[in-house]
Amino acid sequence: MKKFDVLVIGGGPAGMAAAIAADAKGASVLLVERDVRLGGILNQCIHAGFGLHYFGEELTGPEYADRFEKRLAKTGVKVMLGAMALSLGGDGEVLLLSPEEGAVHVKAGATVLAMGCRERTAGAIALAGTRPAGIYTAGMAQKMCNIEGYLVGKRIVILGSGDIGLIMARRMTLEGAHVERVIELMPYSGGLKRNIVQCLEDFGIPIDYSHTVTRVVGKPRMEGLYYAPVDENRRPVLSEEKFIPCDCLLLSVGLIPENDILNGSGVKLSRVTSGAEVDENRMTSLPGVFSCGNVLHVHDLVDNVSHEAEIAGSAAAEYALHGAPPTNGELHAVTPGKGVRYALPQVIHGGSGSVEVFFRTDNVYKNCKVVAECAGRTLYSKKRMIVAPGEMEKIALKKEDLDGDVTVRLEI
Amino acid sequence: MIVIGGGIVGCAVLDRLARRNVSVLMLEGGDDVAVGASRANSGIVHAGYDCEPGTLKARFNVRGNAMIWQLAEELGVPALKCGSLVAAPVGGEEGIALLKRKADLNGVRAEVLSREQALEIEPMLADGVQSALYAPDAGVVSPYQLAIALADRAVLNGAEIVTDAPVVSLKKEGGLFVAGTPQGEFAAKLVVNCAGARASEVNALVGAETFETEFRKGEYYVLDHTERERVSTVIFPLPTAAGKGILVAPTADGNVIYGPTSSPAEEDDTSVTAEGLEEIRRNVPLTYSSPAYNKCIRVYCGVRTIVGHDFIVRPSERVEGLIVTAGICSPGLTSAPAIAEYVEELAGRYLPLANKADAVIRPPRTPRLAELSEEELNALVKKDKRWGRIVCRCEKVTEAEIVAAVHSPLPARTVDAVKRRVRVGMGRCQGGFCSTRVMEIISEELGIPMREIRKGAGHSEIALLAVKEADYEEV
Repeated sequence: MKKFDVLVIGGGPAGMAAAIAADAKGASVLLVERDVRLGGILNQCIHAGFGLHYFGEELTGPEYADRFEKRLAKTGVKVMLGAMALSLGGDGEVLLLSPEEGAVHVKAGATVLAMGCRERTAGAIALAGTRPAGIYTAGMAQKMCNIEGYLVGKRIVILGSGDIGLIMARRMTLEGAHVERVIELMPYSGGLKRNIVQCLEDFGIPIDYSHTVTRVVGKPRMEGLYYAPVDENRRPVLSEEKFIPCDCLLLSVGLIPENDILNGSGVKLSRVTSGAEVDENRMTSLPGVFSCGNVLHVHDLVDNVSHEAEIAGSAAAEYALHGAPPTNGELHAVTPGKGVRYALPQVIHGGSGSVEVFFRTDNVYKNCKVVAECAGRTLYSKKRMIVAPGEMEKIALKKEDLDGDVTVRLEI
Repeated sequence: MIVIGGGIVGCAVLDRLARRNVSVLMLEGGDDVAVGASRANSGIVHAGYDCEPGTLKARFNVRGNAMIWQLAEELGVPALKCGSLVAAPVGGEEGIALLKRKADLNGVRAEVLSREQALEIEPMLADGVQSALYAPDAGVVSPYQLAIALADRAVLNGAEIVTDAPVVSLKKEGGLFVAGTPQGEFAAKLVVNCAGARASEVNALVGAETFETEFRKGEYYVLDHTERERVSTVIFPLPTAAGKGILVAPTADGNVIYGPTSSPAEEDDTSVTAEGLEEIRRNVPLTYSSPAYNKCIRVYCGVRTIVGHDFIVRPSERVEGLIVTAGICSPGLTSAPAIAEYVEELAGRYLPLANKADAVIRPPRTPRLAELSEEELNALVKKDKRWGRIVCRCEKVTEAEIVAAVHSPLPARTVDAVKRRVRVGMGRCQGGFCSTRVMEIISEELGIPMREIRKGAGHSEIALLAVKEADYEEV
């Protein structure tokens, strides 16, 4: 049994920032990472666009990770690589497996979950047709290309317009493959506007909104696919089905927080985010267990992940060293209203200080107003030219202003 | 002897013959065993209540059920005798009574249950279910793992397996059969045709009797492990002329499946269709109250081969020394051990068969992580660090297990072959995180360049080009 004040599971951007923040509060910290190096998915994100908010400059993924690795090296955080957390007990005890030490039990005063997310697969969307070589998630294609140095296709179609799909449309094009088109089920992109512009428009790659892939053909290698527009119920209009010859389909159809370790732990999960429900300190319903980054909810900017992880890491250290923070005993729920898919944190303790509430909208809205209300009073109200599901929004609230549950909604 | 075809029947036959004092060889057309119907079916060990009494199906099903549990245990293949329920709606009492009569005639344990009694066994039955037939001896087994384990044991006992060797010619000359394949010619005194979908075609090559062959595809949803706790037994609807219907069942590996459909198909058409999936979604709620399509991690389709109403397992009427198995559709998996037992008896009429001394019965087995106590695991990690390195996070598969699969008696040379052996990539991320690492391990262990590592059969390479190698004009 090893004992630490804070255990951080996951050594990507969230885990590193959480560990550094916990260390700064004077906690003894163990950071475990299953890969052989720190950085998580940033290692394969060799494109630029990271750090504009956090560092005020544009970095690549590996550069962004490197900044945190260097900071981490100056702390007392103990890092364990190649180690995977197998289970999380109700008492907060974690079982790890590592090649160097075998099975290890770790008991920490607080645990920070920072395991990131995984991609939805062809199976998850019940993709019809054959199951040949040539169908991959965009992230796997990215790893094959940027880490291993191989292309998984020559003529490529991308289903879904999540950020990784858009980034891979550009990457595969730059590497010499031909990206036929991007096909998106929804009438809008799931990714950032800047990626639509920089990765598709700049390269003349067409995107078909309100379309989907109806079936894949070819065996053992993919030979092409059929796609069609969808009606208002998102069902394909088969009379308008078209064929595209291609040897590769990349999927960018959503990311899911990788919370499997929480099965049976008693931590309450949100049905919308698939992450834990948390308070403003990013503490879950299991006292002493914190969550941050993409394992909590999927972010579009790593800068936000780092900020959120710092909140969780500091709070975890405080919890481990001094117990639960003082509150005035009040607990206010934060609920999504009209036009809002989810808001996070899901609860805010009464007290003083500022709280940032993150939220995502359920559609693209132009010239709308973001409103936060509490017991009939308006806490926040501001016009937005445009909001979209692919771009996370945030607003700042003051705890002093809260005297009841908070609703975040749009006035459309 | 030559066994043509490495499905579950061929593997079971090879395994039995390899333990006798004869030399046996398997010719498999695919890149691995269990790559046809044996890879993509329901994995059900049927009790045997719905086969027509007096048929080979009834005989081999009941006998096979009695054999398969021990076989799975010997080979360390996941299996679970969880029982089955035929869940009938109002008005289905007669159908249930008919099945009960067949069960009695076939000598199968079965019990007619009221809705309340059935709910005690299976709490998630649909509201419309009024009565049920419970068969405690039914269950599930991993069909491809069973076939692979049989093939592995056969190799350990001296059998030879040649893959990528579809039989393209078969002659009988001077008492010897000569089978031609792209891997060369092979001669034997006896041939067992276990070619599955191609059984009639193989018979035709040597001038033996042919059969009208029909193919039907069966499509399925695979659900995440999280659904496993909701399903206790194999839940069937009342059978119809079209078959046993769309079931809800646990798998031996702890998932849940919904399916199969049953629609006419071409021999190798394993594509999933939107219509098929829709049909499953319409039918599952008739027996099961808790469908969760949002927990789907995979859809798949298998093609079953049907030759008339019964199995064909007999010596050829025209060609001496040829033993034919054909039309081994459901309950073929359950029946396979019994079919193999009978094929051995038939072979014994041509060749004297005696047991090999010290044949391997319980092959050495690589344990799974979940089966190990912490002490056992730590002892393994101390000897070999690869036991401490998890490659497949979803199914918790270590590098040591993957390396063992790559070097198993019948080596796994493709990503899918590794997957079928140790479940790497079978979880919720479907290999998104670990496939590249699996490719590297195969490459390192077998000395195959990354560019030549295949997903499965044929030209299914994954790494098509090296970065900067592509020529835009060319593509």
